[in-house]
Amino acid sequence: MQKNIKGFIHSFNSLGAVDGPGIRYIVFMQGCPYRCPYCHNPDTRAFSGGIPYSPIDVVEKAVKYRSYFGETGGVTVSGGEPLCQGEFVAELFKLLHNRGINTCLDTAGVKPDNVIARVLDHTDTVLCDIKFPTEEMYLKRVGGSLNSTLEFLRLCNEKGVKVIIRHVVVPGMTDSEESILAIKELLRDIEYERIELLPFRKLCQQKYDKLGMEFPLKDTPECTKATISNLNKLL
Amino acid sequence: MFEQWNGFVTGKWQDEINVRDFIQLNYTPYEGDESFLCGPTERTKALNEKFEARLATELSRGGVYSIDTETVTGLTAFAPGYLDKDNEIIVGLQTDKALRRAVNPFGGLNMTRKACEAYGYHLSHKVENEFQYRTTHNDGVFSVYSKDIRKARHTGIITGLPDAYGRGRIIGDYRRVALYGVDRLIAEKMKDKNAIADADVSQDDIRNIEELYWQLKSLNELKEMASSYGYDISEPAKDSKEAVQWLYFGYLGAIKEQNGAAMSLGRTSTFLDIYFERDLKNGVYTESEIQEFIDDFVMKLRMARHLRTPEYNDLFAGDPMWITESIGGMGEDGRTLVTKNSFRILNTLYNLNPSAEPNLTVLWSQRLPKCFKRFAAKVSCDTDSIQYENDDVMRPIYGDDYAIACCVSAMRVGKDMQFFGARANLVKLLLMSLNGGRDEKSGEQVAPAGNRFDGEYLDYDTVLKLMDEYRPWLAKTYVKAMNMIHFMHDKYAYEKIQMALHDTTVHRYMAFGIAGLSVLADSLSAIKHAKVKVVRDETGLITDYEVEGEFPKYGNDDDRADLIAKEQVEKFYNELKKIPTYRDAEHTLSILTITSNVVYGKKTGNTPDGRRLGEPFAPGANPMHGRDCCGALASLNSVAKLSYDVCKDGISNTFCIVPSALGNSDEDRYANLCSIIDGYFGQKAQHINVNVFHREMLLDAVAHPEKYPNLTIRVSGYAVNFHKLSKAQQDEVIARTFHNEM
Repeated sequence: MQKNIKGFIHSFNSLGAVDGPGIRYIVFMQGCPYRCPYCHNPDTRAFSGGIPYSPIDVVEKAVKYRSYFGETGGVTVSGGEPLCQGEFVAELFKLLHNRGINTCLDTAGVKPDNVIARVLDHTDTVLCDIKFPTEEMYLKRVGGSLNSTLEFLRLCNEKGVKVIIRHVVVPGMTDSEESILAIKELLRDIEYERIELLPFRKLCQQKYDKLGMEFPLKDTPECTKATISNLNKLL
Repeated sequence: MFEQWNGFVTGKWQDEINVRDFIQLNYTPYEGDESFLCGPTERTKALNEKFEARLATELSRGGVYSIDTETVTGLTAFAPGYLDKDNEIIVGLQTDKALRRAVNPFGGLNMTRKACEAYGYHLSHKVENEFQYRTTHNDGVFSVYSKDIRKARHTGIITGLPDAYGRGRIIGDYRRVALYGVDRLIAEKMKDKNAIADADVSQDDIRNIEELYWQLKSLNELKEMASSYGYDISEPAKDSKEAVQWLYFGYLGAIKEQNGAAMSLGRTSTFLDIYFERDLKNGVYTESEIQEFIDDFVMKLRMARHLRTPEYNDLFAGDPMWITESIGGMGEDGRTLVTKNSFRILNTLYNLNPSAEPNLTVLWSQRLPKCFKRFAAKVSCDTDSIQYENDDVMRPIYGDDYAIACCVSAMRVGKDMQFFGARANLVKLLLMSLNGGRDEKSGEQVAPAGNRFDGEYLDYDTVLKLMDEYRPWLAKTYVKAMNMIHFMHDKYAYEKIQMALHDTTVHRYMAFGIAGLSVLADSLSAIKHAKVKVVRDETGLITDYEVEGEFPKYGNDDDRADLIAKEQVEKFYNELKKIPTYRDAEHTLSILTITSNVVYGKKTGNTPDGRRLGEPFAPGANPMHGRDCCGALASLNSVAKLSYDVCKDGISNTFCIVPSALGNSDEDRYANLCSIIDGYFGQKAQHINVNVFHREMLLDAVAHPEKYPNLTIRVSGYAVNFHKLSKAQQDEVIARTFHNEM
């Protein structure tokens, strides 16, 4: 393992209550290879920028919130795509586990390798995004690979890591019953706790404006609660 | 032994006045969930509808239903009043009509006049004449105020002093009326009075004897008041309904006599549960009937009113009474003090709709039963009507029978009282220290002229030294004013019935306060970590600041700013402690602003943190709006660093979070809210107000008030109906930091 490894971090949030079990301290990594049309953190995409931190610096920041974690909470590493900085996350999670702090990885999955395996050795929960039901759509809309993500999920299963699948429901794009059922079908041989359907929202519009970027889905309506609860019946 | 006590475990509470002993020997801790609760009965619903219609009329008349300008308030001043005589279970109103306000000129005649006029009334000649021959509390205070106190008042470096209205914050032990009956209380007080009077008497003894005389007189009046409603309260209450009624009569007596800023109820729900459990066991009443008693009792509490001036409403918005009821907590023996009745009183927020009063306060411990924690969190998410205070930091100091007065002031029930005293504006202290004792807005010399800042760029060490020079002046002026106020309040507006429901020998606190902590901390942080250039007007007065560079801000869990706040609080407290107090009261300090943060801001010039002249401060110990940008927990961690040891009168923090940031499902939100409170209080923080809603909802409520008639929000130590806030106060609440998703 490399000594003196640094992670490039976009920002921290001391209260995450919707990204993993219980109360989480959230670390947003800088840099993401994917280009999801509904991305709500466009400012974390670039691989340049971010503030360098050593794993122990991040641990020291997180332990200040330990009293809030209770029995279920802990630290979630999100992004950006955290697995693009796998060495750093592996070391961070190892140190957190040494302190008895629960770890959660919020990822879209990447093709597994040794580094990813070491990350998963110290991961309690994986929140994994499935974006579209086919490899073609992944290639066209995201710039990633569904097969790699499924391979990653199999490794999670092998390692006994708890898996929660997340899927953003975008009106007119991923909100059909067929699409949801197709995703469920994809996962038939994967063990997971549940599929969380996340409604597409446009809270991120301001971020795009600030960056001077076009929000690709600016004209798409937000997903309604009713749609989510209907689709949830399929799961 | 009284037959009313049949079935209770006997103990020393029978030989002496000792409610705690009675509770400890007789209460039933409850670890279960809320499934036993009953909804409102048809009677409750009908009565509440009638009451809500009356509330709507009150609002449509500009906030006051009516005023009796002819009758000076008192325990026996009014004929019995009812909202709906045939359908009320618990009876008793302050005047002869629900929501009708009485005049109470004992605090100050001019204030009473102004209050009447503000609502289109005139104080009657009868009352004017009666008070020609009486010194009010306000007369007394202004006959002794010094020049420096007057200057400190009008520039606003000290604001909100209780020198023209009742000081409040005294909690009578209203439970004693139910447990002992009034005759027993009279006998005990008589014994105490004779014991003092029969020995050699000092000046202090004479005052004590006279006070006991007044206490005895008021206990007799309390009996008379109850008898006008058809009840004889000379003996103990015999069952659940009487226990609630007797206790309420005690409280009603207090609010008929006093118009204190905060008239808190104490810690009554677990006490009452003992009667309820006995009657449930014996089949005397059903669960539904008992919930009905509590619903009716709470409805009565919601009818309590005092007549206030518009200036008063600026400081304490929304017509609050701070009828604070302290719920739950843990016993010293490790058993929880949560009972079924802790659930029932919270259940009134469902049965009677959300409301600002009573000010329901959960005494939170890490060890509270899980089901109760979850239920409280659910009530917060559903109603935004309750606050939480840390039993684990207060119990070691006050034991397990304390209650909260007002918002955050803990006191042992019936054993401690306090001299309430508003707050000093520490931001103005900073600005005045830079300006050689001159007020930064008017240029007036307020503190005696001394050193001032002569340079161009503020230097941290020099600034601290200047503050050290002016702080003693502020502390001395403040303590002096408080001593005068409370001397006169005891003399001209003594709390007869409330003190009759205390032990004769009480411990006294003198409760000082500070405002503007976050602005002070950020200003000093700017001076220390950035470059701050001063801007002077033509008279040499520093009126503005130019900040170059970044600086850490209070509210981001950054010690560089947070420890400045902590240090400034300690310095001020230590300075106050140097000055002796009236009746040897113990100095305490709070960081609590109610809604006066808006007024304090209005009275304060530009500040070195970049805040502009007139802009509101953050409330209480909250970080400044929008400057806490590392998430909710970082903000809470900053506040948790302030030490309760030097702020025993309380540290108020108001927390707003949007529902979707608190969790994906209702159950997640309840669990996460419990974790947040456990985590915050695990660091010895004292208080948190919880609001779970969107800013958009408040904006919608401004545009369409009719859609949200019961919209209740927590502001600073209390809850308020949103529509009773002024426009400026609504804007300030809307501008607060709402912790959102990233």
